[in-house]
Amino acid sequence: MIALPKPRPEVLARRDEIVAALRTIVPGEGTISEALRLKPYETDGLTAYRMPPLAVVLPGTTEQVAAVMRYCHANGIRVVPRGAGTSLSGGALPLEDAVVIGLMRMNRILEIDFDDRLAVVEAGVTNLGITKAVEQDGFFYAPDPSSQLACMIGGNVNMNSGGAHCLKYGVTANNLLGLKLVTPEGEIVEIGGAHLDAAGYDWLGLLTGSEGMLGIVTEVTVRILRGPEGARAMLAAFKGTEIAGAAVDAIIGSGIIPVALEFMDKPCIHACEAFAHAGYPLDAEAMLIIEVEGSEQEQDELLTKIKEICSRFDPISLKVATSAEESAAIWKGRKGAFGAVGRISPDYLCMDGTIPTGELPRVLKRIGEMSAQYGLQVANVFHAGDGNLHPLIMFDANDPESFRKAEQFGADILTLCVEVGGCLTGEHGVGVEKRDLMGVQFLPHELDQQRRIKTAFDPGWLLNPHKVFPLQTEAA
Amino acid sequence: MTDRLAPATEQDLAAAVAAAAAAKEPLAVEGNGSKRAMLRPVQAARTLSTRNLTGITLYRPTELVLSARAGTTLPEIEAALAEKGQMLAPEPPDTRTLFDSTEPATIGGVVAANLSGPRRITAGAIRDHVLGLRFVNGAGEVVRSGGRVLKNVTGLDLCKLLTGSHGTLGVITEVTLKVLPAGETSASIGIRVPDIATGVQALSAGLGSPFGVTGAALIPAFAGPDGPANHVAFLRLEDFAASVAYRSGRLAADLARFGDLRVLDAAESTSLWAAIRDAQPLGAAPEEAVWRVSVRPSAGARVAAAAASAGGRALLDWGGGLVWIAGPATEAMHLAVVAAAEGGRGSFTLFRAPEPLRAAVAVLPDEPPALAAIAARVKAALDPAGVFNPGRMRPGI
Repeated sequence: MIALPKPRPEVLARRDEIVAALRTIVPGEGTISEALRLKPYETDGLTAYRMPPLAVVLPGTTEQVAAVMRYCHANGIRVVPRGAGTSLSGGALPLEDAVVIGLMRMNRILEIDFDDRLAVVEAGVTNLGITKAVEQDGFFYAPDPSSQLACMIGGNVNMNSGGAHCLKYGVTANNLLGLKLVTPEGEIVEIGGAHLDAAGYDWLGLLTGSEGMLGIVTEVTVRILRGPEGARAMLAAFKGTEIAGAAVDAIIGSGIIPVALEFMDKPCIHACEAFAHAGYPLDAEAMLIIEVEGSEQEQDELLTKIKEICSRFDPISLKVATSAEESAAIWKGRKGAFGAVGRISPDYLCMDGTIPTGELPRVLKRIGEMSAQYGLQVANVFHAGDGNLHPLIMFDANDPESFRKAEQFGADILTLCVEVGGCLTGEHGVGVEKRDLMGVQFLPHELDQQRRIKTAFDPGWLLNPHKVFPLQTEAA
Repeated sequence: MTDRLAPATEQDLAAAVAAAAAAKEPLAVEGNGSKRAMLRPVQAARTLSTRNLTGITLYRPTELVLSARAGTTLPEIEAALAEKGQMLAPEPPDTRTLFDSTEPATIGGVVAANLSGPRRITAGAIRDHVLGLRFVNGAGEVVRSGGRVLKNVTGLDLCKLLTGSHGTLGVITEVTLKVLPAGETSASIGIRVPDIATGVQALSAGLGSPFGVTGAALIPAFAGPDGPANHVAFLRLEDFAASVAYRSGRLAADLARFGDLRVLDAAESTSLWAAIRDAQPLGAAPEEAVWRVSVRPSAGARVAAAAASAGGRALLDWGGGLVWIAGPATEAMHLAVVAAAEGGRGSFTLFRAPEPLRAAVAVLPDEPPALAAIAARVKAALDPAGVFNPGRMRPGI
């Protein structure tokens, strides 16, 4: 279980006064203090952890955010920022003595410019909402985390969110131009703008993925891209994970960067097939979904090349979609993977390590051994091009021992990811979930260096102080 | 000649930094010193160079990753990649001509300057391709950030902070980069346009097409390969041969409305973009200063016009968003460039100038006070004794 910093009794004692002060800044429904109405804010996508906050404010403007921050800074009150609350790592988990600043009311699209290929949006606009606003002109916003219907761009910036298509289009950090930021002291600053590579320190890069520890993002300028003429998928199934891994190497080695390259292991294939009836081969040990983009003719050429490469690896089946409908059928199982696993097991933990792609067979073998050892089933989906592995560990949340074992199993997998040259998290963030594993990846003086950067932004450690870094030396 | 330290190991380099920090003796940090004349002059009696930390330490083409010690030269890395049909997608400029340097840039220097070429507009900057760094902080500690995998959000991204910090926050000792397959072939379309604004519109139309443009630049009339009367907008395609043939046909049909148009083959295209990458069409004379201004693309034409009316010449890349300017190395010219950048709500860098000008003016935009205060604390968090490149970017930093 995760420890949280001790609440400050002097802050808890002043609760009514604090709520009244917040109400003068964000009046009416925008300040929440009733226990029942605080309930939705006590957890996020990592539902195993809950903590009702002191109060929630839902500002409508950057100026209100700044005023709340100035008040909290002046009064030594901790602050936890929150977007849609979809974090899988507990990134939005509150503290008992903290004010949650929810950005969901700041949901306006401020500017769309197709000539300069950018959109300026408030932090509470959903990821998919940006694409919806520009798609009628053939444009899209590239990073596509699987929570994209709900998750908000402010949260995407703070977690540096990825998605299934980042092999070609990059992650959030690669698709940003500027931010409006409220500092922990309550100052409003503009970072970057509508232009590329602002001279000076790369604040934009440092803030992206900083998990709400350095400031509150209220506005974001994103790059929007023109979509391709079309896209099509194929499926390739193999007799072994090593063989499928070798096929991935051969595709990339041929100079083709597919827009998506997804890998599923046997338990995942079975779970997805039972759920979605997508026609996946049940005798395969591993399966790839490969998607390419371009005109019909370009798609044909690329898929023919990829099919030829895969055929060198003794495939069980190769199925090239000939239409958008057939592509959708191939994707149907993969897109339903989490739901499919949820059907087999009442609860699962979705892990998120990254490994060098060449280490995949070794890592899957070890995960299989650990699964037997812990007596917990696991299914693996893997963004094969970029090495991002999502093992889904199945457990029973009604059994505390089962949950404890699942957490330990997850920690062992992430430790293994680091051992083979990878990292603890590819796209979900550290949050509270992986905080205590940071020592596996970083040496103490390296964590201290990162903490000193946090201190440079937030000398009082008031902003999300319980995330990312192991707790005991938090105020270093 | 200043006293030069050039340790052969990371350990020795860390020890040298620790000693300098203890003695509070500032160090000018460099690789081969090829960009020594960039930004503000550094006041330091001693130079610390990474030139002897050399060699590619890891290259896995199928994992799209390459690691090299900081002193490895850019040509060596590019040659190793070319052997496997791969590339550094941001195509960093070869700055030897601009800085009148005989030595090639080191990869550490390229990362420290975050210097990216034409492909930046669609493929990302150097900072987007740095997966991991090892660096020595101002306390003489070796610190790692990032790693060797393509997707990594573990902890604060110090790679981004160090990239482009011009050696003021730490000495980069090893870099790990994302590398990508190079296109099988390339072609370009050149469009004669009546004025720069029309040219930028043509570039925007190309970049807003579904055809995967990888370069979008405008060479104004003074340097025009089609004679002094024409501005020419260029768009590049790079991919498998069949795709390049198909897309250049489609793109040419779409863009014909902007002006007379011709298609450049792979050989012409390659030499054209190497020249644009290195800002050669500017033809900057040795006594002239050179600026890089970054604005939203639609503001590029106005910046170019402002530069021209102040007595300078402009070359536009990144779809109009990067304006290279050459002109008289005077404060008046500098102020005109700064005003043009600020008018376009963009950013500027005095890229190259004789030392008196570099020492006298702000070579980068000032930061708002709240951010400047954070910057000073971040600098102290990494370099508490203030030994790295004092004054390189701004007075004190």
